[in-house]
Amino acid sequence: MKALSFRRFTALLRKEWLQMWRDPITLRFIIALPMMQLFLFAYAINTDPKHLPAGLLSVEHSKYERTLAAALRNTGYYDISMLASEAEAERGLAQGELLFVINIPTNFDHSVDRGEAPSILVDADATDPTAIGNATAALAALSSALDRDLPPVRQPQAPAPPFQFVLHARYNPEQLTVLNIVPGLICVVLLISTLLVTALSITRERERGTMENLLAMPMRPIEVMLAKIVPYVFVGYIQVALILAASALFFQLPVRGSVALLLVALGLFIASNLALGITFSTVAANQMQAIQFAQFTLLPSLLLSGFMFPFKGMPVWAQWAGEIIPATHAMRIARGLLLKGNRLPEILPELWPIALFALAAIMIAVWFYRETLD
Amino acid sequence: MALPVCARYLRLEAPRQSYCRDTGARLRGVLYAAGRLSPGKCEQRSFVDGLTLQLGRGEICGFLGANGSGKTTTIRMLCGLLVPDGGSGTCLGHDIIREASLIRCEAGYMTQKFSFYEDLTVFENLDLVASVYDVPNRREAVAGIMDRMRLADRRAQLAGQLSGGWKQRLALAACVLHQPKLLLLDEPTAGVDAKARREFWDLIHDMAGEGLTVLVSTHYMDEAERCQRIVYLADGRIVVQGAAAEVSAHSGLFIFEATGGDLDAEARRLRRTPGVEAAAVFGRALRIAGTDRAVLENAIRSSDGAVPSWREAEPRLEDVFIHMLSVQGEGS
Repeated sequence: MKALSFRRFTALLRKEWLQMWRDPITLRFIIALPMMQLFLFAYAINTDPKHLPAGLLSVEHSKYERTLAAALRNTGYYDISMLASEAEAERGLAQGELLFVINIPTNFDHSVDRGEAPSILVDADATDPTAIGNATAALAALSSALDRDLPPVRQPQAPAPPFQFVLHARYNPEQLTVLNIVPGLICVVLLISTLLVTALSITRERERGTMENLLAMPMRPIEVMLAKIVPYVFVGYIQVALILAASALFFQLPVRGSVALLLVALGLFIASNLALGITFSTVAANQMQAIQFAQFTLLPSLLLSGFMFPFKGMPVWAQWAGEIIPATHAMRIARGLLLKGNRLPEILPELWPIALFALAAIMIAVWFYRETLD
Repeated sequence: MALPVCARYLRLEAPRQSYCRDTGARLRGVLYAAGRLSPGKCEQRSFVDGLTLQLGRGEICGFLGANGSGKTTTIRMLCGLLVPDGGSGTCLGHDIIREASLIRCEAGYMTQKFSFYEDLTVFENLDLVASVYDVPNRREAVAGIMDRMRLADRRAQLAGQLSGGWKQRLALAACVLHQPKLLLLDEPTAGVDAKARREFWDLIHDMAGEGLTVLVSTHYMDEAERCQRIVYLADGRIVVQGAAAEVSAHSGLFIFEATGGDLDAEARRLRRTPGVEAAAVFGRALRIAGTDRAVLENAIRSSDGAVPSWREAEPRLEDVFIHMLSVQGEGS
């Protein structure tokens, strides 16, 4: 018996292909899922939230206070409402209706005019630090908000600063979250759909009792596995095409690098997911276990890959763990190609870890695949 | 998924004669000792011990025995689906461990549970099998087998929508598509109606007539009677083998049959009598069995004429198996 027979492989491939098309609900799900996620993530998720509810608490309303409130509004981060009492402020924060309470001290105008540099206390709901992060950072720039209203004697005589920083936000000058999300999302959607589908494939044969028959026929494990993988590479590419098209159309995603190179790299990524799924499928005793294995991979792939949180912000051990995950590299490649216009030399260091992972996974799968029932 | 198994012991029989390709199947010295490890102990589950079967070409051999006696285990080992923990075995002259793939090409195995793809049509299932086995002239071979099994009308029907009897036929068609020398059937007709069973067996006899050797496990006595030879397995060992008539004749079992009177009450009484192994009512007749004729006659006499007419009868295959099952039950 030959190690790998093309005839047996194509026979099995035809079977998998037919079975895939016979299950239109799953197929629709495979198409609908990436679209749903794209629009949800792109429209609903924002790591730089604006128009946060803020309450202004002051004893007497004054000129400087009005200027300050206007300056806060102008940052875009604060939606100011006037508060009547401290109790109302406390309740607002506790119930989550207010994220900020700005306490203007009594005699604020007077203190400012006398150069006493009064403090304004800002209470912030820090239960979600990312929600308030950029809004609080914007406060620093407001110290000069009153400059024009001040009496001439108090106008600052600031000397010219010895140097200044000029920030050039490259690749994503408007710092749109969606541009960061979409390339990552392509990888996450591919991960979820391809991993789960193959993780269930061999366990399903086992649970339906068809495995016994498959084993009784003269076949090589690698033929069975490749036949299960190939149809979903095709499905994966359809998903990539859909996400890219929708992102370019609706979110003005720039495609600065080579699309062909992106497809090659993503093909490798798909293969690594499918290989991992097959591994889970051979190791797991039933579909429930296979799903749990898949979940076990999805979580780190979402959290440690740099999709949800900045990769460089993680402790070193977590970065090491993240480097093992193919999704980490796939996201860097996708972001690099789409946003930065990277070419092959730049993405090569990210390509080989994915290839290595895929190879290791398929080897483990072949190792664990039993040609017998025990 | 590899369950932990532990081997117990093995005994191998020397081959009685050199293997001849024309004699069809020949299985010898197969052992299987599977214990699933529950924490701290090794429980012996099923094993096959020194089992030799030599089947002639075109012979139909019935494989009988209680649930858990090792029938399915033996059949699975023969086609390389289970690896014995110790010992060795051959099937069709090939080693069951090292040459499983050769066996798979020369033997057809029909599983107990329907194990073809329910979301593929009859034709697609058969076409898959034919491609995997590289059957020459695939299209003609598939069309031919569909004609023979009268599946042609249902070629485009999904296998999952077939009734039990047709599923069985599809499975049989798929197992013989590559023209195996040996057909292994594991309880092929479980849960199938009488007519479908009859037709299924007619097909098997047809194919045996063409030289296919068949090993079929079954719990049905009428099916066992259609086999040229029956092999009764208990605890992985052959207890008795031979033609159905031979097995019945050499059972050492005596049967008495009565009609009329209150048979059910009499059956209840006789069941409690020592020496009466079985007392069962079949419609209008009460049948009792035992190995000691005198004891049975005594039991009948003590019935005070409640049941008038007793006469001796020939043991049937079913009586023999129930006898063997109960003997086995006492032994363990």
